[in-house]
Amino acid sequence: MSDTAELESVDAFAARARSWLAGNMPRAADGLGGYNPVQRNDEAELAHIARCRELQRMLFDGGFAGICVPTAYGGLGLTAAHQSAFNREIRGYEYPADTQIPTFTPCMAVILEFGTEEQKRRHVPPILKGDAFWMQFLSEPSGGSDVAGAQTTAVKDGDEWVLNGSKIWTTGAWWADWGLCLVRTNWDVPKHRGLTVFMVEIHQPGIEIHRIEMLNGSREFCQEFLTDVRVPDSQRIGEEGQGWTVGTRWLYHERTISGGSPYVTSPAGRPAVALDPGGGSAALIPLARARGLLHDAHARELIGESHALGLVGNALTDHIAEEIRSGAASEQAAAITRLWFGVSAVRNSTISFELAGPTAVAWSQDEREIGRKGIRFLMRQTSCLAGGTTEMSRNAISERVLGMPRERTVDKDTPFRDIPRSRPAGSS
Amino acid sequence: MFPQSSDQALLAETTKKFLEAECPLPKIRELADSTAGFEPEFWRDGAELGWTSLVVPKEAGGGSVSEGGVRDLALVAYQFGLHAAPGPLSGTNVVAAALGRWGTEEQQIGPLGALLRGEAVSAWALAEPAPHGGFGQVGLRATETPHGFRLDGAKTPVDGGAEASHVLVVARHVSGLSQFLLSLPCPGLTIVPLEGLDLTRRFARLEFDGVQLAASSLVGAAGAAAPDVEWLTDLAVTVQLGEMCGAMQWAFDTTVQWAMNRYSFGRPLASYQEIKHRFADMKMWLEASFAITAQAAAAIDSGAPNRSELVSAGKFFIGRYGVELLQDCVQLHGGIGVTFDHDLHLFLRRVVCDAALVGTPSEHAARLTDILEEREAGR
Ligand SMILES: Cc1cc2nc3c(=O)[nH]c(=O)nc-3n(C[C@H](O)[C@H](O)[C@H](O)COP(=O)(O)OP(=O)(O)OC[C@H]3O[C@@H](n4cnc5c(N)ncnc54)[C@H](O)[C@@H]3O)c2cc1C
Repeated sequence: MSDTAELESVDAFAARARSWLAGNMPRAADGLGGYNPVQRNDEAELAHIARCRELQRMLFDGGFAGICVPTAYGGLGLTAAHQSAFNREIRGYEYPADTQIPTFTPCMAVILEFGTEEQKRRHVPPILKGDAFWMQFLSEPSGGSDVAGAQTTAVKDGDEWVLNGSKIWTTGAWWADWGLCLVRTNWDVPKHRGLTVFMVEIHQPGIEIHRIEMLNGSREFCQEFLTDVRVPDSQRIGEEGQGWTVGTRWLYHERTISGGSPYVTSPAGRPAVALDPGGGSAALIPLARARGLLHDAHARELIGESHALGLVGNALTDHIAEEIRSGAASEQAAAITRLWFGVSAVRNSTISFELAGPTAVAWSQDEREIGRKGIRFLMRQTSCLAGGTTEMSRNAISERVLGMPRERTVDKDTPFRDIPRSRPAGSS
Repeated sequence: MFPQSSDQALLAETTKKFLEAECPLPKIRELADSTAGFEPEFWRDGAELGWTSLVVPKEAGGGSVSEGGVRDLALVAYQFGLHAAPGPLSGTNVVAAALGRWGTEEQQIGPLGALLRGEAVSAWALAEPAPHGGFGQVGLRATETPHGFRLDGAKTPVDGGAEASHVLVVARHVSGLSQFLLSLPCPGLTIVPLEGLDLTRRFARLEFDGVQLAASSLVGAAGAAAPDVEWLTDLAVTVQLGEMCGAMQWAFDTTVQWAMNRYSFGRPLASYQEIKHRFADMKMWLEASFAITAQAAAAIDSGAPNRSELVSAGKFFIGRYGVELLQDCVQLHGGIGVTFDHDLHLFLRRVVCDAALVGTPSEHAARLTDILEEREAGR
């Protein structure tokens, strides 16, 4: 089917997907789909990633990968409505949960939007086949909110660029394949004008990866040290110095992680990472029962609150996506959905923790499941940090959606070289 | 509030124009001193715009402007909230919906006809005083007599209970919940007007002391009204959701304008990040409220199995965050926000009343847990 041929109707597509899934995809163990939030050791993590690659390949071979990706790059060239229909159908099946973020969005979304024809033909098909996992190299030790303040530097040398610096907080860089990397190519112009984006192979001699232990024991967080990494100019995405044009769209695609991305395949229409990893409000009933609280009025109110937040969040996601699609709201409105998932996940984590009570801070072997609520609670703020903080989304909503005055900046017209910057942590 | 068909947009627009002309805010303040809180002609004209017929089936003389009468009504309710409009929108529509579905021919020709024409207004009496004060609890007794039924007990607060020509009463019969239509006045029934928060909304306590009713006053089968009462509850709450959304919108827009124009330390309030971030939260609450209201209304229209779930999620959320939004708008206005002269309180009153009636946010959260538990047991 070419992109200009008449599109298959959503209903026909859904019916075809339903029968294909029934005949080909394995059922998910927990009835919801692949995401398993339990900390894995490295071996288990690699096995999990290998399984994701396999599942992605199955989707590709079955003709259901890249539903909204143009056919020229191996996708189906269909619409967001087809993707939504597929997301409904895939409920209850295993699916490649970890391919979705950040590989499909924002990384592939950025490549599709800014890549040259050749770059798209080279990089998109391996993504759809599950052969390439991508990471975002955005945050740096000096700061992640001020994305345009990147200090990692690329200097041109013939047909190549030489990169030096460090990126940080990349979850899973140690096993991933490619990084989309925002760097500074000019220190003598104001900050937004001196940036460029590159596609960088992660596993190469100039890149040293340090794993960082999170407070829950996970070692998926990574820091990458780039020393004289040589990247051919053909791996530049967008024009030299135009990195912020790419960057603003990149951040938009990042916000659609919370819902509304046409590139995400997942039963809920958004990736599992954005969902309450505790299994949703239905799981709170057995939790309250285990704690002998099922008939406690306060506990029942908390459970209902959690359920309400889930339902309202789904309604909000659809509503904002529709407003953006119809043009009633600008794409900046995606920040509303992102803020919602931050604050509602925080609230859900608090509710779980409260229901779990003392067992969440000290548990016996057979109470481990409840004990996990405590560890999750310690990690509660990740939902408001990862993918751009909720403070940044509040800035975007007030300034870009409501049109309130922008924060005063000191770095607009001054060469980047001359503006105050964070000192590396630990120095004085 | 949500995507509308052209007919829905027309209904919303005519309602808006009419309310702007007929009850600007100074008028609302005048009506505060009136007995009924609204004028009969106002209501009759509103009925002509369609306010009373949207959730009544065509066969019973009603008619919506789209295939979704509850969505249509939610749009009208939104306009009511946006204008802090007076009038028995909820009581009349809930009773009309009941009569249009389960009323006898006689009830449909007489009382329903008058409601549809805007000549009569009605109230739905569900809530009760202690010891049956919890959401959905019914203690008022209906006992069989040789001629029909007698009712004993009390209902409070009944929205529009003193002004209504008809009251639909939810009662407990030995065989289960039953609903009765009473025309007022009625021997044995004492109506005690209540004081209340909303300037134009009147509430009453109804005391039933051996009120005698003919068997023909039953609406639906005796003892079998529980599902009807659930459905009417969801409808009444959805009217509140639409209305709260409208009132939130007014307060939000007004406060955004205020923050843009009010200066402090040489710059607009809206330039301070602390304040901008609160507006961002409010914007999120507002959009989430629109979204869940649209889904709740659509679920009633389509008869979706998760109807009550979406309605209660909406009531929990808007009941809690709608009130927060209004109070935060008061806060951001500073001292003027707590004055009688400023109009903000008209909307605060409306949202606070809606939040507290037909189930508090907490009670709706608990209802969601009941639903989850039933689902778990059914698996
Ligand atoms: C689980 C997880 C996964 C992540 N994965 C990745 C990844 O794959 N790739 C990647 O590049 N990054 C990743 N990040 C990093 C994440 O994007 C950053 O942590 C985030 O953007 C904040 O940057 P920072 O940590 O440097 O904090 P800072 O930018 O230093 O901010 C510190 C605090 O100050 C607030 N703040 C900063 N500036 C302002 C302002 N102007 N106004 C108001 N408040 C402000 C912030 O909101 C925050 O609360 C991940 C983070 C987490 C937690």
